[in-house]
Amino acid sequence: MSLPSANATSHPGSLTSIHDISLDGITRLLALTDRLVAEPHRERVKHLDGRKVALLFYESSTRTRTSFELAAKSLGAMTTLVSDKSSSIEKGESLHDTGVTLRALGAECIILRSNYSGAPEVLARSTGLPVLNAGDGMHEHPSQALLDLRTMLTRLGLSQQLTPTTMAGKTVVITGDIRHSRVARSNAILLPKLGARVIFCGPTELCPKEALDISHGVEIERDFEKALRQADVAMMLRIQRERLAGLDIDSAEYIAGYQLNEQRLRAHAPKALVMHPGPMVRGLEIDSAAADGPQSAIEEQVAHGLAVRMALLHRALLGEANA
Amino acid sequence: MSAILLRGGRVIDPTSGANDFADVLLENGVIREVNYTTRSGELDAFAADMGAEVLDCTGCIVAPGIIDAHVHLREPGQTHKETIATGTQSAVAGGVTTVVAMPNTTPVTDSVALLQFVQSVQRDPSARVLAMPAATVGSMGGELTDYAALAEAGAIGFTDDGKPVLADEVMKHALIAAAKLALPISQHAEDTRMTVGASMNFGPVAFRLGLRGMPIEAESSIVERDIRLLEEIERETKLRPHLHVQHVSTGKALAAIRDAKSRGLHVTCEVAPHHIAFTDEAIAGDAAQRSRRYDTHFKMNPPLRSRAEVDACIAAVLDGTVDIIATDHAPHAHHEKNVEFERAPNGITGLETSLGASLRILHREHGMGLVDVLALMTSAPAEKLHLPRLGYDVGRIQTGAFADVMVFDVAAEWTYDVRTTRSKSRNTPFDGAPMLGKVKFTLVHGEVKYRA
Ligand SMILES: [Zn+2]
Repeated sequence: MSLPSANATSHPGSLTSIHDISLDGITRLLALTDRLVAEPHRERVKHLDGRKVALLFYESSTRTRTSFELAAKSLGAMTTLVSDKSSSIEKGESLHDTGVTLRALGAECIILRSNYSGAPEVLARSTGLPVLNAGDGMHEHPSQALLDLRTMLTRLGLSQQLTPTTMAGKTVVITGDIRHSRVARSNAILLPKLGARVIFCGPTELCPKEALDISHGVEIERDFEKALRQADVAMMLRIQRERLAGLDIDSAEYIAGYQLNEQRLRAHAPKALVMHPGPMVRGLEIDSAAADGPQSAIEEQVAHGLAVRMALLHRALLGEANA
Repeated sequence: MSAILLRGGRVIDPTSGANDFADVLLENGVIREVNYTTRSGELDAFAADMGAEVLDCTGCIVAPGIIDAHVHLREPGQTHKETIATGTQSAVAGGVTTVVAMPNTTPVTDSVALLQFVQSVQRDPSARVLAMPAATVGSMGGELTDYAALAEAGAIGFTDDGKPVLADEVMKHALIAAAKLALPISQHAEDTRMTVGASMNFGPVAFRLGLRGMPIEAESSIVERDIRLLEEIERETKLRPHLHVQHVSTGKALAAIRDAKSRGLHVTCEVAPHHIAFTDEAIAGDAAQRSRRYDTHFKMNPPLRSRAEVDACIAAVLDGTVDIIATDHAPHAHHEKNVEFERAPNGITGLETSLGASLRILHREHGMGLVDVLALMTSAPAEKLHLPRLGYDVGRIQTGAFADVMVFDVAAEWTYDVRTTRSKSRNTPFDGAPMLGKVKFTLVHGEVKYRA
């Protein structure tokens, strides 16, 4: 078997940006997710029996890595982890060369997390293999947007047969460090395609006006409570203290302005679905009562993540036609 | 040395404004005669006597060779990207007969010995190689290089291109030292304190792509600072320093330059073809600009800007604020560019696409006169860089001038194919781009260095 050329265009099973998958494609993916979830374990492991999946993690992430790894193993695939913590990523070796090496070792799909925006594009072009973006720099986290979508559709009782009006009339408020968040970007690109309104909320330093351009149907609201009153979904983003330190805001101020806590939730959004991509900084962007309360879907998001990633791996390795 | 007759072409000489049919006879590296005539052939017998080769220029423009004030030849030290030989072969393929080599080589061209190396005929240049050595030792922005000795050895100006001379005091001293020699300081205007970790233009596209952006003020604030220094120096001394601003890419910097010129300060500037050809949307993957997402062939510094800034650059070319077109030809090997966008080096090649892109954009799309576009690339760089005074009679088609000439078919519409390049590197955003005007012959010092 000849290896695909280094200049091959991206594999159709790749998912480097949420732009890369159509509504029809997502509809099929969600249906596949349901089928895979419903299957008994001994049936499920046959799908990717003996297939080889490489997890290439230049940036550590217990949650996303474990989710992808368990998804691959649930379908019977063999996985190997190459991380910056191991010695496997040769010092100074280019992403191109690492990708080509993994391909030569038999990897049939690469899951990549990188601190460089756009890295999956380089890897996909270099290897011609399906590449799943597990988060690139400050750019995107498309599998997160898909798991968030499945969570929302389930909890809001919406149809999985997606159309441009599936989420018409629904408002998703995304609050926090929009500037650095790939979760915010992927969700803000995807949700308006389903007719949802997306409101970005946060102080200027974390939520710059340039963000408006990311998609039609995106708005910015600085007043968190005003945003919450419109929210069907309140999606909170992680705040990294070290980022606050460099900016013109302090934790106390941020908590006062933007923390999702029990009182705020009860007063302004008693019915909104509460979401968070994790890991949470309890007591900063969200308090425990909000995170663990009945409105919270945070734990379900994790389960949906595993399910959706099984479907993504199935799509990557067995093709759209079989998916 | 041989003689050559350029027969049957239309001569455009921006210096004199001539734009008419003429035969041009070259002998011993200079222009012997320019015979404007309605009927070609009056020089034939003369040329035959001299045993001149006759080049058929029918249907073509005969113009001064292009003078590119901003070129990276990568030698010494980075010959896997380019050499003086390959870079100048690429130059003549684009009608460029004189290049000004930038000093960010390895090591940095900051001494007489290194300057002499770059200018040496042993490097087998196909075009004239002039050089601007470093403004500061190692281009570290601290101690000035030996301007007098470098000027004596042939420097035509000083620059730390690739980075700015950031410290006010150092820049002031550089302008004063260069002014004493009547040479320019050529400034890469970028306040690097405002561009840490940034890899493209600041704005909505950078946000979408999750890339840190360079604000336009990073460029304009240095230009404004340098202009203040010029005023200060003129006020405090009898000197009249010359600031040349490289690859300007923002309306704000151009406004500052326009204003400084109106106040009589000695400021010149250049714009690169890619900054008027592409916008930062290209980095998001734009079919109209033939780019892929995170396409490193569209990564350069200064970066591609928004439509508004591109339009401001074009307007500044049209209104005369921009003095010259220069390419910032910056070759990089494939493996160097084939990395994550933020890790890729800045720069693109440009010598072979300068004429075709400039004519297409400025002449065809914006109605700028052909003579005016050619002036920006030939006579103006000669004049603004004081080349005649320095002993280089280039940039004009007149008796006695150096026989540095390009002959091109102005009507030819073609598509650039990087696989044909003579550069060692292929990092161009113009691959597949439409071009107007195709070079047929390039002559340097009276010798044919390129034939299509
Ligand atoms: Zn520069």
